[in-house]
Amino acid sequence: MSQGLEGPAPEERSLPEARRSPEGIRLDPATGVDHSPRRTVISALVAHEPGVLSEVSGLVSRRQFNIESLTVGSTTNPETARITLVIEESEQGIRQVETQLKKLLPVISVRELNNDAVRRELVVLKVHAEAPEQVHAITEMYDGTVLDAGPRTITVEITGDELKIDDAIDAYNQFGIREIARTGQTALARGDEWTTHAEESRYERTTPVHSND
Amino acid sequence: MSERGSTAMPAEEQTTTNEPAEEPAPITTGAESVVRALSTAGVNAMFGVQGGAIMPVYDALYAETDLQHVTMAHEQGAAHAADAYGQLTGEPGVCLATSGPGATNLVTGLADADMDSDPVIALTGQVPTELVGHDAFQETDTVGVTRPVTKANYFAEDADSVGDLVGKAYALAREGRPGPTLVDLPKDVTNGETDQTPGAPALPKYHEIQEMADEAAVEAAARALEASSKPLVLAGGGVIKGDATEQLRTFALRHEVPVVTTMPAIGSFPEDHELALEWAGMHGTGYANMAISHCDCLLAIGTRFDDRLTGGIETFAPAAEIIHVDIDPSEISKNVAADIALIGDAGTVIEQLASAMDRSPSAADWRTDCQRWKSTYEMGYDCPKDGPLKPQFVVEAMDELTPDETIVTTGVGQHQMWAAQYWTYTEPRTWISSHGLGTMGYGLPAAIGAKVACPDREVVCFDGDGSFLMTIEELSVAVRENLDITVCVLNNNAVGMVRQWQDAFFEERRMASEYPWVPAFDKLAESFGAAGFTIKEYDEVAETLADARSYDGPSIVDVFIDPEENVYPMVKSGGNNAAFALSEDQL
Ligand SMILES: Cc1ncc(C[n+]2csc(CCOP(=O)(O)OP(=O)(O)O)c2C)c(N)n1
Ligand SMILES: [Mg+2]
Repeated sequence: MSQGLEGPAPEERSLPEARRSPEGIRLDPATGVDHSPRRTVISALVAHEPGVLSEVSGLVSRRQFNIESLTVGSTTNPETARITLVIEESEQGIRQVETQLKKLLPVISVRELNNDAVRRELVVLKVHAEAPEQVHAITEMYDGTVLDAGPRTITVEITGDELKIDDAIDAYNQFGIREIARTGQTALARGDEWTTHAEESRYERTTPVHSND
Repeated sequence: MSERGSTAMPAEEQTTTNEPAEEPAPITTGAESVVRALSTAGVNAMFGVQGGAIMPVYDALYAETDLQHVTMAHEQGAAHAADAYGQLTGEPGVCLATSGPGATNLVTGLADADMDSDPVIALTGQVPTELVGHDAFQETDTVGVTRPVTKANYFAEDADSVGDLVGKAYALAREGRPGPTLVDLPKDVTNGETDQTPGAPALPKYHEIQEMADEAAVEAAARALEASSKPLVLAGGGVIKGDATEQLRTFALRHEVPVVTTMPAIGSFPEDHELALEWAGMHGTGYANMAISHCDCLLAIGTRFDDRLTGGIETFAPAAEIIHVDIDPSEISKNVAADIALIGDAGTVIEQLASAMDRSPSAADWRTDCQRWKSTYEMGYDCPKDGPLKPQFVVEAMDELTPDETIVTTGVGQHQMWAAQYWTYTEPRTWISSHGLGTMGYGLPAAIGAKVACPDREVVCFDGDGSFLMTIEELSVAVRENLDITVCVLNNNAVGMVRQWQDAFFEERRMASEYPWVPAFDKLAESFGAAGFTIKEYDEVAETLADARSYDGPSIVDVFIDPEENVYPMVKSGGNNAAFALSEDQL
């Protein structure tokens, strides 16, 4: 067997006593660190080009980001699209999602939205039509729309924030939900704030301000 | 039969040879545009393998006699050669392959370049656009396959824009944090007609690279360094890629801060300097690992805190305030939380820091600690001259024989660690190895790329018997191109690193790690047309290495080393860096 090097064994050395958290944060025994994940919305303005969705979803799975939903859609500028991600990550994880997304070449700008952002999700659900009156009542209560009503099923649409959608689904459960399709959340910043940085110059340019018709 | 570029020039043209550079011929096809984009970018050499879908591009190369094309034996070799070429020149190394198997053979080399942030551009042939998606002959979704292992990749859409697309991929491979890029070239696009002359390489429009760090963060970092009593620099590969080694030396010497490097940064700071603690991590020096573990302020420049460097995160520089300099914002707090983030170019940020610092840290005691660790945990090995030959001795002997600017390339395994530990690196871009991906077989094609990039520098490859066998076909290329490289195969008849782990962690159950036989590498070399040598005894080492060096062309030295020799020090994976083992009984 080979000898290796000479020198004191690990237990004879001075080993540091301090520690980091598994996330690599220096632990301050007095304060500790908070790694609890929180749910938040990330909005990304991206170039409308082939492969961008697969780049984003590939990144999310490759880096094991904890993601609740991802939506994508066109904007008024044919060159760009908006991706909205709902994620649940620690503070450090959220910064990773932002900077890793920003690094993807088709991604123009990225931002975590404030809590007061305007968020919406749409759900289409199909319930059994045994009690049509009650189905209509619940739909009215949630400001929903009946999209299709037949002898055996009724299909409705509900739009709202996550909480409202979850509540509505609970309410429809009494009729028996046959099928459901949810879009996932999409969102914009509130008021005249731009949703992601530098959007002003890059995004709205195809919408004429003064229109003659 | 025709010889490329040897056609006699018409008399009319000959008379104009003294005129300023003649106008390049007009572009007529997509393939010509691709080749013109490369020459406009200043490309001198490229590495590749022919095949159906890339043939139009090769055909356009026929007329470009200024572009050296090295035909490799395997596309993996082309990618590794381009990778070494890119590291040495700072300009993207170019590799070419056909569609399907040609492209998939590149993948290992691209993944290697991606992990080590090496500038490489790959051009792959693709089936004609109308056949894409129909599982055509040699069709692979190359863009899909290579997406996770490239910095950017593109599918060329038309002949008019393909040249500029290649320019964009070239610029992206080089700028900011370098990395591999790829352009997939369907045959109808390269064969397609166009008269568009591509411009110089240009970055895409939304791509911003921050050169200077935020002033407030620089001030905070300066104060933290001034107040530190145990400061340490951790130089990463970004210091070499960012050409910041001069700034690093000036900074460290002026403030007398000891310097540890990562493996990719070997050579960024002269290892024979008093302040040098050499490289840290799993098989790094004991003193580098002690310093990292005990410092109170760590200035980490251009490193991504790979787990082979950090060991367990919980015990990595656990008391240190971390100042992280990086050009890639996504590296900040990815693995180790940064207390102060300085986003920018390494050299620029070091200069910003230098001018923000009003005084040097008072760290005399700390420097004494570091010096003490240097002697307590000094590197060394026993080599009784009647015992089997120790590999470390061979590395040191070759170092002694060769000039300082010699380029060392390696495979992956124990031999790689010995080459890193026992050679004294004093200059940047002298150590060319596979770090993040750990690709066996990297050494020989990298030596070829290195010699093409730097024909006037000596190139030595330390290879393992296992690694050498993975890309040995490239020896045919070294012979054909008459490249004067010396390959020392540190032959232990085993995939030794695996054998070492089995002995340490799997109760010496040596499954699939010892070879029942290995070829006679000296004879194999001769059959390729290279020079073959063997070394079995200590007293043959100096003379045989000298003979191999002086042979004009590729030479292979089969060095029969002690098959039981192990690499130490060693930090267990996920272990505490300060608890490195000096021998197996300390693991
Ligand atoms: C392509 C590839 N396959 C497998 C491994 C796993 N591996 C790491 S080191 C090693 C041993 C390499 O053997 P050799 O080249 O002879 O080097 P030695 O350790 O004996 O010096 C192996 C198999 C790897 N790093 N790369
Ligand atoms: Mg071996």
